[in-house]
Amino acid sequence: MKYEGKIIKYGDNVDTDVIIPARYLNTSDHAELASHCMEDLDKTFVTRVQQGDIITAGFNFGCGSSREHAPIAIKASGISLVIAKSFARIFYRNSINIGLAIVECPEAVDGISEGDRVEADMDNGIIRNLTTGKEYKTAPFPEFVQKIIENGGLINSIAEGIIK
Amino acid sequence: MGMTMTQKILAAHAGLESVQAGQLILANLDLVLGNDITSPVAIKEFAKLNKENVFDKDKVTMVMDHFAPNKDIKAAEQCKMCRDFCGEKEVTHFYDVGRMGIEHALLPEKGLVTCGNVVIGADSHTCTYGALGAFSTGVGSTDMACGMAIGKAWFKVPSAIKLNLIGKLRKYVSGKDVILHIIGKIGVDGALYRSMEFTGEGLSSLSMADRLCIANMAIEAGAKNGIFEVDDITLEYIKAHGAKEPTVYKADEDAVYDEVIDINLSEIEPTVSFPHLPENAKTFDQFGDIEINQVVIGSCTNGRLEDLQEAAEIMKGKQCAKNVRVIIIPATQQIYLDAMEQGLMKIFIESGAVVSTPTCGPCLGGHMGILAEGERAVATTNRNFVGRMGHVKSEVYLASPAVAAASAITGKISSPWEVMNYEV
Repeated sequence: MKYEGKIIKYGDNVDTDVIIPARYLNTSDHAELASHCMEDLDKTFVTRVQQGDIITAGFNFGCGSSREHAPIAIKASGISLVIAKSFARIFYRNSINIGLAIVECPEAVDGISEGDRVEADMDNGIIRNLTTGKEYKTAPFPEFVQKIIENGGLINSIAEGIIK
Repeated sequence: MGMTMTQKILAAHAGLESVQAGQLILANLDLVLGNDITSPVAIKEFAKLNKENVFDKDKVTMVMDHFAPNKDIKAAEQCKMCRDFCGEKEVTHFYDVGRMGIEHALLPEKGLVTCGNVVIGADSHTCTYGALGAFSTGVGSTDMACGMAIGKAWFKVPSAIKLNLIGKLRKYVSGKDVILHIIGKIGVDGALYRSMEFTGEGLSSLSMADRLCIANMAIEAGAKNGIFEVDDITLEYIKAHGAKEPTVYKADEDAVYDEVIDINLSEIEPTVSFPHLPENAKTFDQFGDIEINQVVIGSCTNGRLEDLQEAAEIMKGKQCAKNVRVIIIPATQQIYLDAMEQGLMKIFIESGAVVSTPTCGPCLGGHMGILAEGERAVATTNRNFVGRMGHVKSEVYLASPAVAAASAITGKISSPWEVMNYEV
């Protein structure tokens, strides 16, 4: 799996309340959720995000509420990959389960700036900053998780009998 | 190598002799929970699985608590979707307005969780049931859908931090102060991906209300679960609430912990977490006068009878400060009834507070107490993130029911020790 896009950068402890405020949780419509993505943290996000863009963030990205609406909103807004120093655990498993690509790589986060163009080759665990030419190595997903992602998420994995 | 309490429960539910930290397992579930916000997403996903029924109609529960009683048409549609699904699949434990309560107060009260269970809930505060010696953790809607379909969930076996409790809490200090103190110490990701296991001689002085409150906020330290060693207090509670036969798991003597932290309960003071993270915990010697506009006493963290009793003791015969809106939300119908019979409602209403039907409401900025720009609230809830209770420029200060009640009277963030002239 390969991803390429422009970087939108955030800090530590980005919580799911700012990713998608609870006042919009009276819907589960993907496009509607995407239209309010990041609203309480960064009102400009929805106007500048482009298909394929990559978010980088600091520690504990996605902390707080278990709302799956948060990774859904990010994915539906066009973001192809989230690179963070660490993820909150419910957000981490929700992203895997719905097929939003995420990866932990503190060095890449420190070495990549807002607006840089980045390419991530997740099969080989390489993140390349096309703007600066620097490369960062990441650990691949565990096999079990890889299997879920390859099958397009947890639902498909169960529907196709891969997980019983 | 010895196992922690959490690891033992997970091994037993995965049909394995032993497990170790980092191992990926598929575990059998004793209960799958959802609410009116997370269940609709799960119901849509469930439909893609081509399963006619849920894996066990007695082991799935949905509670209409977040935007219920319905705050608007969209919320009403979401509750209807849950109601229709549970009706069609004959789900036994569907809790609607009139019989519902805030999920994490309701499930233990109804005896739906017992010691040794594995529970997942599409709500981050599902970790609350760790107070009952269960492995219980928050997940998303897709996990809920799959759990409803096959009765299993995947987990990465966590390592653990051991919280060794010693001493005894002082008057007007409760479980909330303990957990805010701990989060202040280790940070909002201090227990990331790990279990928090609570044990030690101090345990015997903590009520079930204190333990449920502490376990509830394990997620605010990033933990996968918070779990308490089972003792007579747990077993009495389980029995009194008609829960299933408990299975008691105890950590091995040689269990390996990432960290052991001693918490001396006798030293804990009334504690307040400042905006906009639960780790910004301060004691009263660390700040001056902070005026407030609203007080909320309720939520899955602190809406239990003991919480209302503590607040009523402080508010009895006094008036809430002018210009402060005080909102009291009993967490379940039973708590509401008990509080009424004990005369607590009379105390609250006579003091100038409003008493609401059970709902998560203001805690997540849903309804029933939203803040305007620049307003400040003291709340017994669990999160003080930006915009959590309303306007993006409003502020939430997290505290115990005693601190919230004291603040309601003075109109500024106040220590119950000061308001009650309690000599420490």
